[in-house]
Amino acid sequence: MSDATAQDEAFDAETFDDSHVLDPAATADSQETISQEITDIHEAYRKGVEAGEAQETQPRIDFAPYRSSLLRHPTKDLHHTDPETIELWSPAFGERDVHILESDLTIQHNGEPLGERIVVQGRVLDGDGRPVRNQLVEIWQANAAGRYVHKRDQHPAPIDPNFTGVGRCITGPNGEYKFTTIKPAPYPWKNHHNAWRPAHIHFSLFGTDFTQRMITQMYFPGDPLFPLDPIYQAITDQDARDRLVATYDHSVTSHEWNTGYRWDIVLSGSNRTWMEEGEEH
Amino acid sequence: MGESTTKLVATPGQTIGPFYGFALPYEKDSQLVHRAHAGSIRLHGVVTDGNGSPIPDSMLEIWQADEHGEISRETGSLVRDDHTFTGFGRVAVDNVGHYTFTTVNPGPTEQGKAPFISMVVFARGLLNRLFTRIYLPEDTEALANDPLLSSLPEERRKTLIAEREPNGDLRFDIRLQGEGETVFLSYPGI
Repeated sequence: MSDATAQDEAFDAETFDDSHVLDPAATADSQETISQEITDIHEAYRKGVEAGEAQETQPRIDFAPYRSSLLRHPTKDLHHTDPETIELWSPAFGERDVHILESDLTIQHNGEPLGERIVVQGRVLDGDGRPVRNQLVEIWQANAAGRYVHKRDQHPAPIDPNFTGVGRCITGPNGEYKFTTIKPAPYPWKNHHNAWRPAHIHFSLFGTDFTQRMITQMYFPGDPLFPLDPIYQAITDQDARDRLVATYDHSVTSHEWNTGYRWDIVLSGSNRTWMEEGEEH
Repeated sequence: MGESTTKLVATPGQTIGPFYGFALPYEKDSQLVHRAHAGSIRLHGVVTDGNGSPIPDSMLEIWQADEHGEISRETGSLVRDDHTFTGFGRVAVDNVGHYTFTTVNPGPTEQGKAPFISMVVFARGLLNRLFTRIYLPEDTEALANDPLLSSLPEERRKTLIAEREPNGDLRFDIRLQGEGETVFLSYPGI
């Protein structure tokens, strides 16, 4: 993790160029327009499932209500292939890569960040329920006011000098991870007029096979912005959407210190031939 | 602790979004080897959208064997020491959609196999990551026998084969949509 103070100064000095972030053609749409498009796609999906089509478990990559996806999704089907050699392994990460204190996002500066201190913990599992051990988990998020430490984020909410919003850890023997952080706030974005993202934490994950590599977002239970958000709703299936929502867990909450959330992450199935425990080298 | 063998449904992916820049890139992230390393090459190209415009807010990762086809089990990708080959690299594409890795040509991981680099693509606007392969162009016999390549029509196959530049660099462009759209992959159970 780079020196956040130097980073702060660097982006204060830069001129904001938002040409990558704005989609001028999209910003005129109303929430009602976007919501109607989402409803129509979901309705068609539900009818398909009722007619016997398979339940979807991943987001659609072609999802027009998320305007930035229009020109950024492949139009041809993904080509199915059997993974070979390198794809059956993942890069190795360990204590050399990540300091143990990087999992606490509240102690990276001289003072305490503002906001609701939370612990988010859970396990990383593969599709067969095996824990993913000794693997890298990276997170990033907005602060308690909904502002990212990123020069492209020009939402006029305060930057917290005591909060960068970046964490890393290495999973334990049972695939467990744990981060101490601040609950992020929702923030506005430019997809359409008056667009707001539900509060979320970005998660980056590796498995035992490189084919399990994924990036996703964890959400908080009961967020009223869920039905309005085209990124979250790009997952057309309610059961699948629910898998991105953490659970409030009072056993993770600690006395006079933090509230707690639990969220387990399941990667896709490993295609490697697994040896018995103990044969593993 | 006993390990369950229940089949679980995978957690959905989501877009990387625009704000990963202060979180995921790290020092020497795109330098799998030092530039002075014997046999080092530049792997580079551009990432473009359906209009052919560059995608400056995309992030790429590669994972590959070393020159001898060995798959590294070394940790240390996040804290490069310029000596350990970990096989992993990451790069945030620049403002004109261009990327550069410093790496080596991977050797074949099995006798007679066409060597390739595994790549994963993330971008704002891309709701889930995309996997592809970067094949080295030289071993034409191995390329002709490759199960993936031979299952593709010619005009699609060539999107997976890097171009060797006169100075030894590898050029590999990624087109997310449209003319010359790169072949992206799915795997069993994914």
